[in-house]
Amino acid sequence: MLHEIPVERIGPAGQVMADAVGTCVHCGFCLPTCPTYDALGEEMDSPRGRIFLMKEVLEGNLPIDEAVPYIDRCLGCVGCVTSCPSGVEYGELLTPFRATAEQVRKRSPFDRLLRRFVLETLPYPRRFRLAALLGRLARPLRRLVPGRMGDMLGLLPARIPPSERLPEVFPHQGQRRARVALLVGCAQQVLAPEINWATIRVLSVNGVEVVIPRGQTCCGALAAHTGAAWQARRFARANLAAFPDDVDAILTNAAGCGSGMHEYPLWLAGQPEEDAARRFAGRCQDVSKFLDELGLQPPPALAEPLRVAYHDACHLAHAQRVRDQPRRLLRSIGNIELVEIPRGELCCGSAGTYNIEQPEIAHQLGSEKARSILWTGCQAVATGNIGCMTQLATHLELEERPLPVYHTMQLLDMAYRVEHGASNGVPGPETSEAATASATAE
Amino acid sequence: MPFNELLSDLAALYPSDRLLTAAAQIMPYESDGLTAFRGRPSGVVLPVTADEVVETVRLCHRHDVPFMARGSGTSLSGGSVPVPDGLVIGLNRLNRILRYDPLHRVAVVEPGVINLRVSEHVAADGLYYAPDPSSGPVCTIGGNVAFNSGGVHCLKYGMTANHVLGLKCVLPDGEVVTLGGESLETVGPDLIGMFAGSEGLFGIALEITLRLLPRPEVYRTFLAAYDTLSAAGDAVSMVVASGLLPGAMEIMDRLAIDAAEAAVNAGYPADAQAVFLVELEGPREEVAAEEVRLMKLLDDSGATEIRVAKDDAERLTFWKGRKSAFSAVGRLSPDFIVQDGVVPRSRLGEALGEIERLSQEFGIRVANVFHAGDGNLHPLIMYDGRVAGALENAERLAGEILRLCIRMGGSITGEHGVGLEKRAYLGEMYEAADTRTMFAIRDAIDPKSLANRGKMLPDAEAPALASHGAHPLEQQGVISRM
Repeated sequence: MLHEIPVERIGPAGQVMADAVGTCVHCGFCLPTCPTYDALGEEMDSPRGRIFLMKEVLEGNLPIDEAVPYIDRCLGCVGCVTSCPSGVEYGELLTPFRATAEQVRKRSPFDRLLRRFVLETLPYPRRFRLAALLGRLARPLRRLVPGRMGDMLGLLPARIPPSERLPEVFPHQGQRRARVALLVGCAQQVLAPEINWATIRVLSVNGVEVVIPRGQTCCGALAAHTGAAWQARRFARANLAAFPDDVDAILTNAAGCGSGMHEYPLWLAGQPEEDAARRFAGRCQDVSKFLDELGLQPPPALAEPLRVAYHDACHLAHAQRVRDQPRRLLRSIGNIELVEIPRGELCCGSAGTYNIEQPEIAHQLGSEKARSILWTGCQAVATGNIGCMTQLATHLELEERPLPVYHTMQLLDMAYRVEHGASNGVPGPETSEAATASATAE
Repeated sequence: MPFNELLSDLAALYPSDRLLTAAAQIMPYESDGLTAFRGRPSGVVLPVTADEVVETVRLCHRHDVPFMARGSGTSLSGGSVPVPDGLVIGLNRLNRILRYDPLHRVAVVEPGVINLRVSEHVAADGLYYAPDPSSGPVCTIGGNVAFNSGGVHCLKYGMTANHVLGLKCVLPDGEVVTLGGESLETVGPDLIGMFAGSEGLFGIALEITLRLLPRPEVYRTFLAAYDTLSAAGDAVSMVVASGLLPGAMEIMDRLAIDAAEAAVNAGYPADAQAVFLVELEGPREEVAAEEVRLMKLLDDSGATEIRVAKDDAERLTFWKGRKSAFSAVGRLSPDFIVQDGVVPRSRLGEALGEIERLSQEFGIRVANVFHAGDGNLHPLIMYDGRVAGALENAERLAGEILRLCIRMGGSITGEHGVGLEKRAYLGEMYEAADTRTMFAIRDAIDPKSLANRGKMLPDAEAPALASHGAHPLEQQGVISRM
């Protein structure tokens, strides 16, 4: 699409944004894979419509405040990137645009406060843990709490698990096949610490030594995708410094974090660390991709047959193009029957802080996803992202069919532990507990 | 201002979230799949019932405001570019399948139903909807009717008009009429044939009765690679001469293969100059017998490699490359024009040679993708819109290709329609008397020229960025601009 975006005036991200606009041919192949176009049925809530709006704003033809409601409604799921035949890198337009918009847009005082609260709490495990515990106490009052604050309380799990410090180095079993560093995530540590334990146990069984660098922080994706570019850059720099060079790969087990870390070169474009960020991003991988390429030690079969629906986390399937690998890992477990969810390419509505910022659409997408999952007749759900797990568990429960929702690593861990017995001298919580929500359980 | 009066009436009909007038709401509707053209409407309405559509058309008629009905906005000829200062009627929320009768193999659908959804809806009964434009997962049946869309399988099954049995439409003055019925045989003139392909000039389809077909028992899809484009063209002639009637016959040249590979990794041969896709379909025994004959033909045609899709997944991969080709060219060039013309299929090789010559003469890269079976060419003309004069140059080349089609006894459009893009060439294809008849029919149905004004018939100012100069009919004094 022809444009007149003044690239130089915009700064380091100008060219990337202009390239994304220039590559779009407005063919509309993105429409059926866009959750908001599906839900709202209007052009400005579609990928090509948003590209058009961002182009008009960047060209100076449209005041930014008129465009932001539609840009805000974008989940950032980048399902459109998968379906785009022309190869538009939509995410590379959206993230810098949101950062630009954040500097000039007008927000209400309540909006500013809520945003500040989220950005100052969620990425910091200790603060988030405290807030979540207080939130649990406040849950009985949540009908008295107005709007989105009440929604946030509704998303908290029934139980905030005790925190258990992860080791700095976790040894490999048998012959050492690789040495990796793991990003342990921020919210995940508080809401579901068992995912990290399952991950390091599975890696260990497969001969992988796991380093958990102490200085690591939140990956910064939450900040970047809500336009808080300065905070995202701060986290990115901290992680660049914290992660060692002498590992074979830097792994994540949360799709959102993996996608965020791949964006470091974009966040740090034009900064002194840009090259380092590019090298860092090149070494980042989702744990499922890493294990698939390494070759899995054949896991033993589960004790009972289990029909599992695999849910593609957008930031794994669309943003990192990791689709087949987790499916292959799961299929390698005996007694697991893997089923596909219809229209699986559509986002579940979790999308970082989206279910806090756009609760109505998030709710609609969550219910539709839960119904699609139930349609498969599965007994459990597997996915690769903590945000999706929370959203799916919440909405399955709202449908009054609270199926267990596992991380891919948890199912592998379960299989390996069948063989080794529950007490194999491995530290960490004894069971891999599935995510459950309690939105209606009280 | 007529629009302001219309607006206050529309405000009584629509809640504010379905009556869009703010800049950020209407800007994304300015363009369709042909972004060289843009038109800013005064407003957009998003009806959810047929009654709302009818009432909207009546209001437009009362206030003399032109309107344009739009589905998914995927037209490649500018057919769904808004009439400047007019109203856009977005039909994508009218997306219900109203009735489905598997026994009689018909489905009655609203205009906003997505093409592919129809086949998905009826698949469990072994049925499908045959017309399959490349934009099938996106485009709407309403738009397919307006442009009489084809697709790779129209070689065997015909165009949209051959699959629409009945239509309920609202004419531009707000009158609701029913055309056809539920049978292929009707009495009197073929009014559906007239409405299908009228590019929105005769009103808006509200309910469309579609003919469904039983899904063929088996498909057998072949991919043959050639050293030259003309050798692939000759292979088409050989298949046609043999009496075989495949479901589809498609050719892509090297540039188009490159684009498709970059987009979807279809695994097309890396060194071929042309790829010929042929699909046999039908009862198992028939296809088995035809397969032997086709294999021999392809062997004799000098193919450097022949592949047969081993399963449904591979078949879909073969087609995915082909169907992504248009948009995928976005990876090779910042801008391009998808041209659509027809030549008699016996002259395919000659036409391709001539396009190659024109491409060199203009110094512009042209990728070729075409429905070889029915001579429908889709040259993809690549240019860089940021270079001064590049668009104009590309449009001149596109025009020369259309003239070539006319000279060879073909047509300026196979399936994309005339839209805004090819209005200037209508007068070259038809005698002045023919064109006058077209105007007379339009004037009888829509004397105010409200329905999609400015499309197909060159009688109004087009919201074009590029100028084609005065229309030939203008030069002859037959028509004048408003």
